[in-house]
This record gives sequence, structure tokens and C-alpha cells, in this order.
Amino acid sequence: MIPHLPLGQWVADLIDWLLAAVPWLFDAISAVMQVLVDGLTDALVSPPPVVWIVVFTVLALLLRGPWLALYALLAFLLVVSLELWVETMQTLALVLVAAVIAAAIAVPLGILAARHRAVSVAVRPVLDSMQTTPVFVYLIPAVFFFGVGVVPGVVATILFAIPPGVRLTELGIRQVDREVVEAAQAFGARPGQVLREVQLPLALPAIMAGVNQVIMLALSMVVTAGLLGAAGLGAVVVRAVTQLDVASGFEGGLAVVLLAVFLDRLTGAFGQRSVLSRFRQARAGRQRSAPAADTAVRPSAVGAQQPG
Amino acid sequence: MAPPVLRVTGLTKVFGAREQEALRLAADGHGRDEILRRTGATLAVHDVDFAVERGELFVVMGLSGSGKSTLVRLLNRLIEPSAGTVEVDGRDLRALDDAALRTVRNQKISMVFQHFALLPHRTVRENAAYALKVRGAPAAEQRQRADWALETVGLIDRAGARPDELSGGMRQRVGLARALAADSEVLLMDEPFSALDPLIRRDMQDLLERLQSDLAKTIVFITHDLNEAMRLGDRILMLKDGRTVQLGTGPEIISAPADDYVADFTSDVDRTRVLTAGDLLREPRLTARVGDRPGDVLRALGGAEANGVYVLDGERRVAGVARDDLLARAVQEGRTAIGPYELVADFATTGADRPVVEFVHLVGRHPVPLGVLDGDGRLLGVVPRAAVLDALSAVPVRGRRP
Repeated sequence: MIPHLPLGQWVADLIDWLLAAVPWLFDAISAVMQVLVDGLTDALVSPPPVVWIVVFTVLALLLRGPWLALYALLAFLLVVSLELWVETMQTLALVLVAAVIAAAIAVPLGILAARHRAVSVAVRPVLDSMQTTPVFVYLIPAVFFFGVGVVPGVVATILFAIPPGVRLTELGIRQVDREVVEAAQAFGARPGQVLREVQLPLALPAIMAGVNQVIMLALSMVVTAGLLGAAGLGAVVVRAVTQLDVASGFEGGLAVVLLAVFLDRLTGAFGQRSVLSRFRQARAGRQRSAPAADTAVRPSAVGAQQPG
Repeated sequence: MAPPVLRVTGLTKVFGAREQEALRLAADGHGRDEILRRTGATLAVHDVDFAVERGELFVVMGLSGSGKSTLVRLLNRLIEPSAGTVEVDGRDLRALDDAALRTVRNQKISMVFQHFALLPHRTVRENAAYALKVRGAPAAEQRQRADWALETVGLIDRAGARPDELSGGMRQRVGLARALAADSEVLLMDEPFSALDPLIRRDMQDLLERLQSDLAKTIVFITHDLNEAMRLGDRILMLKDGRTVQLGTGPEIISAPADDYVADFTSDVDRTRVLTAGDLLREPRLTARVGDRPGDVLRALGGAEANGVYVLDGERRVAGVARDDLLARAVQEGRTAIGPYELVADFATTGADRPVVEFVHLVGRHPVPLGVLDGDGRLLGVVPRAAVLDALSAVPVRGRRP
């Protein structure tokens, strides 16, 4: 006969105790996030939609090229015509705040894990359980700590979005060519210099891929957060489901997909070195009067030339 | 004699948890496999001693797995030694704390890597200036030193490029420039040319030889290519399973390999590039002097079964060659001293430092053997055809010891 282990009760007790012991902490977190989300939402919603549509289109053009720009233009015009612009912008604000905070936690944690074996070993099972825990389970403590509304949604979203950011950052830094790290050390660089000047720049594509994943997961979670009463597309979808309203459910879902594809393509661009170097070359080209002279292959003084 | 710049004593590295136990087994003379089986630890380098003089190019030669890459990283403590000492200018690197070690790495020892290890997001100039940037030198000095180094390796016109715009050979020039710009005394080169294709490798070897004759750095050069080792190295350390097999100059190793392992290597070596006229040199069996009696010289020639002889002046400089037919005519015509009438320019000479490949086509074409001259034109000795053939035949080398 195996006795019943009141594990769930213990966790509930712990949450009660935390609420009683440090209520000011949760109030502070709550206030900060409320301000961030509200401020960003205001900034996105108050000007006429055409202002932000132009901004998104230009951003897509610069980072990714004309096809994404065209997509951005059409997708956001469609959102406006579906009369979901405000909800879409509320969701975007929530995603951005959650993704920025998640990345701000995940990237440094990933760096620590890459540099210290102990951190890596300790963090891995935590990440595993965070990624496999059912999404709704996050919502329960979030509601307990932060009530209903936008804040518990943001908190649950942050928790949900952190793991890939940590993993990809750690992996990216570990995969930096060992010889290049050795070279920096061999010329006397301090550990901090090695990190700043070699490991982070070379791991940037992987880290940006992690940030991309953070954003995508944040977006997928944000709809679930609609259950908690967070305004935005999540609320639209939840309302449609409870009212069995197929039409508005489809429209809300479509707006989520349109936003997701836009964010994915846009942030995916950061992960590609070619895009970064295209930027740099464009910048360098503007600084030089005759860029062609610098890139042309000329025979070097001692003679060895090998194409490509 | 000046003390060696770099002195290595009893240098040993064990990878693995049971380090002390592995060290004890190694000291008892157990081999690498035995130690791995008993302790799970890998004996990468064991009890290596050597000293490198100022301006010497010292080659460490071994196959993959011989521990040579570990050895070179022990020299600047990129890998922490398990036992032994590494002294640079008489200072033991193992006694230094982290900050002092970084200073030594920054100012005394530079390294060149097999796969170049350049920073891809920095320009060629910024890469070359890396050591100076690390030590916090002013921007103007960084630029000036980097440009000097790039000029030296012939890459100054690509200073604004990024490494991925360059070919392999050019990238390694940047790697070399980065090491030169640091202005350190010691250069560690970890198979620097192995990743390059053969023609570029030859160019880079030429470049290194030229640099070395100008700058006279103290270089430890790692390679798995014995031809490269023979070509560049003043002395060569042959490494096998982390232990020293033989240490000597190229010609010493070729002519007296310490064991079958070394002999196997040397059988692949292009001897015509390693052995020089000086290595094959011997005393001429016969010489004559200006003013000797033609009849005496002719008799001596007959006794030596030769057709001609070098005629030297009072300073041992070659005046010409006396051939038997001309000597016979001089005797018939009653001349009593060898003079201009008896001398012909029927000979060829070379310098003592020239490799066999440069003079092999001259050997055996004349009535006298190839003459070897010093810088002032004095005859040091001769290289007969038989000596060249003997030196080039690889077969009898195995097991031949002095």
C-alpha cells in the first residue's frame, strides 16, 4: 500500500506562502508589465493604421527585401479590413514585451550555461520540464500571483518562451570554432574579452535563431493567454470558441497566422549572417568613395594569389 | 653562448581524471595504450625536453595523434601541463598567475593556427592588430603596427577586406601578420600550412624563410610533413605517441634515423632538397698548384686514374682545370710550369649551402668532380658523382647508424 503523497498540496501551500510573504514583489512586477504593455499598445493603436503599416513595410523591405514588404502591406491591410487592427496591435504589444523580457532572461542564462558546466547541468532539466509542461498549467500560478488581465498572460508567455532562447544561445556559443577562441586566448585576451569579441559575435546567428523561436512561442502562447482576459486576438478567438462563432473564430485565427508569418520572416533575417554583412557592406560602401577599388583582387606584393 | 629563449623540461600532459596514477605508470615506462586501458586517461605528451635558441626555427614533426598539437599548446599554457616546466627567457610559465600569463601571451609568445582562426567579423587590418588591441595600445599604434605586418606579408592592399573575401593562402598571411604585429620573440606555428594546397604552401614556406632571414624570430613549427620540416627546420624533433624519438638537424635525421618509425618517414623525403653540397663534401684526392711541373702532375693523374685536376693559386682559389691531354702536350713542348696555356674552364662549382637538386645536373659532366667553393671562391672540397648517387639512394638508409 503506497501512501498518497500530497505533492500538489505542497505546491499550493508554497504559492500561498509566497503570496503572503512577498506580496509587494508581485505587485511591482505586475505594475511594471502593465505599464510596458499599455504604453506599447497605446503607441501602436493611437496613430491611424496606415502609419504603422508603412513602418512595417519599410522594415520588411530593409531587412528582407521586396517580397516580405509586399506581404506585410497586404497582410496588414487585410487585418484592417477584417476590423481586427486594434486587437492585432494589442497582441503585438503583448508579444513584444514578453519576447524582449524572455530574451533578456534567456540569452544571459544561455551564456552562463555555455561557460559553466554546472549551470548547464542544473538548467537542462528545468528547461526540459518547462517545455513539456502543458501550456494551461502555466496559467494557474500566473492567475494566483497576478490575478486576471494582461499581466498573468505576459508572465505565462515569458516562462513558456524562455527555454529555446537558453538552449540556442548555449549551443551557439559552444559551437564557436574552438581555434578562434584559442587564438583570442593565445594573444592574451581576458575571458570577458573572449566572450565579447569572439564568442558572442560568432554565436550571433544561433542566438538570433533563439530569439526568433522566443518570439514565435510567445505568439502561440499569447492566444492561450486570452483565456485569462488579456485583450487582443486571443480574446477574439476565445470569445468565438465559447460562442461557437465560426466566422469570427476564423478571422481571429487568420490574423494570428498573418502576424506570426510576418514576425517569423522578419526576425529570421537577423539569424542570417549574409543579411548582417549585407548591412555592413552597404554601410561601408557609403563611407568609401570608391568601394570597387577595395574589393577588386590585386596581386599581392609577394605573389601568392588564389581565387576565391 | 646566450641562454635559450625557450626551454622545455620533462613536459608531460595527461588528459583524464586519474592523472596522478597515469603519470606514475608513464614514469614506469608503460605505453600509451596500457595507460589508457588501466586508468582511462590519455597520455598525450610524455617527458619531452628541448631548448630553442634565439633565432632558431625548431620543427616538431609527428603524425596525427603524436601529441604535437597538444605539445605546442602546452608551450603557452592554452593547455595546462600535467608535469614539467616551460621557461621563456628563463621564466617558468607554470609559476605565473592568470594575469601575468596573459601578459606573456600578449607580448612574448604569438601563435599561428592551422585553420587561420581569424575573426570573421573584423577586417584584415583589425585582425592583424588584435594583440595590440588586447594590450590596449592607442589606435594610431595599432594601425601602424598592423600595416607594417601586412606590408611584410604582402597583404597591405587587402587591409580593408574581411577574411571570408580572401583565399586560404591570404588568410594565413593575415594569421602570420597578426603574430608579427605583436612583436613577440617566440612564434608558435601549429601546422600553419597544412590546410593550404601545395603551390600556395610552397609560397608560404618561401615567405616564412624570407621573414625568418630578416626578423630572426624564435619559432616552434609544428608539421606532419617531413619535407616541410627538412626544408624549414634548423633542428627537428620527431614525436611519436607523445614521446621524443629523435632530435637533430635534417641531414642528421636522414642519414641516421633513430628507429624504423623515423626511417619510414625519411624514405619519403625528397633528399635532393634536404642534403646540401656541404653534406656530401669530401677532400679532393688530387689538386695541383699554379707553377707545378706538368710532367709531375701528369704522373699523379695516371696514378689516380683521373683525367683532370683542379689547379689552385696561392689562396686555394681555383685557377682552372688541367686536363691530361693538354698536360701531355705541355710536356712534349717542353714547358716546365703549369700556366695559362694548360688551364681550361672545364669544371662546375657550387656553394656549400646549396641543395643537391640545384647542382645534380652538373655532376659528372667534367673531367673533375663538382667543386664546392666558399664565399671567397676558395675550394672547400669536391662532390664526386658517386657521392651524389650514394646519398640519393634511399634503400640502405634503414637501420644505418653511425
